[in-house]
Amino acid sequence: MSGSPIRVLIAKPGLDGHDRGAKVIVRALRDAGFEVIYTGIRQTPEMIAAAALQEDVDAVGLSLLSGAHLTLFPQIVKILRKKGLKDVLVFGGGIIPDEDVAKLKKAGVDRVFGPGTPLQAIVEYLNEKLRVAA
Amino acid sequence: MPRKADPSDLVKRVRRGDHAAASRALSLVVDEHASSEALAKEFFKSAGSAQKLGVCGPPGAGKSTLTGRLVAHYRARKLQVGVLMVDPSSSISGGAFLGDRLRIMEHATDPGVFIRSLASRGMIGGLTHTIFGAIHVLEALGCGKILIETVGTGQDEVDIASVADTVVYVTTPAMGDEIQAMKAGAMEVGDVFVVNKADLSGRDKAVADLKAALGLGQSAGQARRAWEPPVVATSALSGDGIAELGAILDAHWEHLKKSGEGRARLKKQHATELQFWIQRRVIKTALDRVNDKNLEELVAHKTDPASLGHRLLRN
Repeated sequence: MSGSPIRVLIAKPGLDGHDRGAKVIVRALRDAGFEVIYTGIRQTPEMIAAAALQEDVDAVGLSLLSGAHLTLFPQIVKILRKKGLKDVLVFGGGIIPDEDVAKLKKAGVDRVFGPGTPLQAIVEYLNEKLRVAA
Repeated sequence: MPRKADPSDLVKRVRRGDHAAASRALSLVVDEHASSEALAKEFFKSAGSAQKLGVCGPPGAGKSTLTGRLVAHYRARKLQVGVLMVDPSSSISGGAFLGDRLRIMEHATDPGVFIRSLASRGMIGGLTHTIFGAIHVLEALGCGKILIETVGTGQDEVDIASVADTVVYVTTPAMGDEIQAMKAGAMEVGDVFVVNKADLSGRDKAVADLKAALGLGQSAGQARRAWEPPVVATSALSGDGIAELGAILDAHWEHLKKSGEGRARLKKQHATELQFWIQRRVIKTALDRVNDKNLEELVAHKTDPASLGHRLLRN
């Protein structure tokens, strides 16, 4: 074993209850050797940030299909940073129009994965971003 | 992670109730980081200050939801609560899905509650090697009650009895008859038995079966113990029975403090913590010394595992 497993929080903010995608990600990350914590659906930004803080995760993955990503994702990043979680990687996925991706990146969401992204791409992205630092 | 963490500063912040510091300290302790021993030494000073409640029982019995109810119960009484939830690591990938937290997310933003999910990381018996270190961090944080939820392995969870002060064994009306309850294992170490999901049918029979199984010792002529494990029916879904369970858990804590049993248990816990440390240290030290040359010697029958093992341990 090389070092401790990377810890990732997968969270579903907002009101949409469709979490099959989030669960597929959870499963893929578990099988790739990550320790994954899932918040369940309909979480407020405060709840997600508090969970990230208590679990001392290396990354937070946000899944949203309802269209509220421009409101919720930046809010979550802001609260995380305010809590002192400055180097926690935030990434997202779901139904997110291409033109919103740049805005989310500017707000601190490192990467946005659209529908059809191969799971391996997400695993490789996290390994690349986080393994080096560990 | 290249995050700076001055041990003494971190300890001070934890003692002040800083959740971010506690979270960092937990990672250092659980990951067995190089600086964790100095930290653990400080946190050990708080050992024994909280009532550690071990919540065990088969998967799906409702342990997490019940734990959430108990958190609410203690918070209503203004107690600081810590929760450690252990889920299994995959022996194949080393990864884990820590899925208990989502059952108690309603306490996520409560500053009086600290919840941490832990992966078993290769340990069987429903716990993880570094559980004691994690407990001491939460004790230093000021938690008066610490709920420890084990992997839902069911029958073989005796380890929890050497970690917790009060072992709460959770079952449901659908978990079988008194024959199941007569088997060795977790049933032997429960201090309080909970028939959860009491909203389902079969509650009364399950309670009666459990009581019958627990009473067999006396029927067989064993002396009545100072604490006979009570059986309580709860519905974590509706909240029924939680207040009664809370009162029983308090009564057990009082019993431990008054009877000397509490000190005996604490001693046993420390012995187990020492045992875990020695096992980890000795095994890891020896295994780290194994190199490919050793293995080649084995393949070539130049040595045998026992001789090689002795040599590695002696070095």
